[in-house]
Amino acid sequence: MTSQSSTLVNIQGLEKKFDLTGGLLEQITFKNGKFQRRQEAVHAINGVDLQVQKGEALCVVGESGCGKSTVARTVMGLLSPTAGEIHYDGQRIDNLSGDAVLPYRRKMQMIFQNPYASLNPRMTIQKTLEEPIRFHHPEWSELEVRDKVHEVMHSVGINPDWGARFGHEFSGGQRQRIAIARALAVDPEFIVADEPISALDVSIQAQVLNLLMDAQESRNLTYLFITHDLAVVEHFGTRVAVMYLGRVCELADTKTLFSTPRHPYTQALLSAIPKLEDDRPNHIRLQGEVPTPVNLPSGCVFHGRCPYANERCKQEIPQLIATDGGAQVACHAVEEGRL
Amino acid sequence: MTTATLSRWDRFRDSFFWYSFKRDKVAIASFLVLMLMVFAAVFAPLLAPTDPYDLTQIDIMNSELPPVGLSGSDAAFPLGTDAQGRDLLSTILYGTRVSLMIGFGAVVLQAALGILFGLLAGYLGGRVDAILMRIADVQLSFSTLMVAIIVGAVVKATFGSLMFGEIAIYMLIFIIGVSEWPQIARTVRASVLAEKKKEYVDAAKVMGFGTPRIMFRHILPNTLSPIFVIATVQIANAIISEAALSFLGLGMPETQPSLGSLIKSGFDYIQSGSWWITLIPGLVLVVLVLVINLLGDWLRDVMNPRLYKG
Repeated sequence: MTSQSSTLVNIQGLEKKFDLTGGLLEQITFKNGKFQRRQEAVHAINGVDLQVQKGEALCVVGESGCGKSTVARTVMGLLSPTAGEIHYDGQRIDNLSGDAVLPYRRKMQMIFQNPYASLNPRMTIQKTLEEPIRFHHPEWSELEVRDKVHEVMHSVGINPDWGARFGHEFSGGQRQRIAIARALAVDPEFIVADEPISALDVSIQAQVLNLLMDAQESRNLTYLFITHDLAVVEHFGTRVAVMYLGRVCELADTKTLFSTPRHPYTQALLSAIPKLEDDRPNHIRLQGEVPTPVNLPSGCVFHGRCPYANERCKQEIPQLIATDGGAQVACHAVEEGRL
Repeated sequence: MTTATLSRWDRFRDSFFWYSFKRDKVAIASFLVLMLMVFAAVFAPLLAPTDPYDLTQIDIMNSELPPVGLSGSDAAFPLGTDAQGRDLLSTILYGTRVSLMIGFGAVVLQAALGILFGLLAGYLGGRVDAILMRIADVQLSFSTLMVAIIVGAVVKATFGSLMFGEIAIYMLIFIIGVSEWPQIARTVRASVLAEKKKEYVDAAKVMGFGTPRIMFRHILPNTLSPIFVIATVQIANAIISEAALSFLGLGMPETQPSLGSLIKSGFDYIQSGSWWITLIPGLVLVVLVLVINLLGDWLRDVMNPRLYKG
């Protein structure tokens, strides 16, 4: 959207494992006459590098379980990364604690997937919106707080007179607007949206999407937008990162990605978009299923289903490498020119 | 959705809570009886014909008079008198007051401990959860009565009977409150575990709110329904526990009788024909516990999220 390209959020080598085995006692098993210590973990993210540029909307797409929501939650500090670093405007933020992280809480906000669960059912809308403002601006007067609430409610298209109502008195779309208003109330610079429209009715999705785009324009917001809806990506994203099994396999400008997908997985993903033409000769059918993130495949995570995989793919993990088209692709076949 | 704002009272009158209360005759009757008893207990000093704590108003010559309507009764003592010549009506009013005070006091203490530990265990999880819940298990494995008997006996032996009489009510509140907190803590912990996974808690975390603020201002209000139900039942339980202890002679002293100690004091005379000293306070106790339990049942039905979600 803007031509300047300074990095706002820098994610480096991010990894997140979720332990499946419990404490030490549960890890020890007796097998073949020997005690063995066994640890299992879900490898939700395995080394993700992403740079979110100021003013852009970076979309992260991928199928269920590929770790896109985990990336969002780790960036927001709801989860602590197993390895890797997250920098905001040059400052490392993933190891900050307590009060040191507060300024970033104000600058970074999040919009959640389920608007039916993201508003506190015992709080009126007015209270829900006032609380963060009071918390981050304790010096503001009663009038200033009210004005701010009025302003954000107005900007998301919710009648400010409805403040005395509770969340359950609103429809899903209205609730999501209120959730957006809550995020905007503290004047953030960066918003992580974790599938903000996937729980909404199709007719409402476009409204909320347009609202997010308007807010981006009027408030100079930067988005990290998590979604599985490719149509939304095409409409909304400046750049797109495609994730598969906890790794980014392709990162490109939206236009580039949709016109010339390079990674075999991206190609398969895009060919799955329903189109009006009935027979599509180039519809790619992937074989098999996504491997379990508990026992990751060696080498490229995609090699088991990739029609172009060779010996190297089975052993060596491909890194994101810039191609001549401007896209960054993590694929040995692309790198070697086989594809 | 036509009028913009509703007052709190309008909201309440619109609620399912009020609606189901209006339709449930048992709940209305129980509530009225309970309110009557609470009213009588609170205003006992104004309502009671005599002050049973005041020795100058008691005449031993009036002892063991039967209730009005039986031969040998005195119109000044509508429910008769006990073995010491105290007016039974006044003593019951004062006794209900003591019983209710212990019941409410113990539940307030239980709720304070239970909510605090339940929230901490549920929200913080991990080691805090394990330690607190094991303490709760240990606490539950002692029966309330056993703890009360031991503590009561020790306190009585240390402070002497006279001093014991003065602190008995606080001691009972303390014992019943402390030994029953795991009930509430477990309930709170279970609802906190369900609530803390919801996105509004994540939203609060993302806002940078501190842990105490999230626990008490965001999660606690959403766990109140089950606390309400269990607290109601626990009031009845506390009153019964107190009555049992008093009956065993480890509760309220004769000079400040609760319903339980009244029953006990009359029990010695039941064979000699003075049945009313035991029976009437006994009936009052049964009615009191029954209406509280009926209200608790009704509350549980109303607040059961599987029957009604709101």
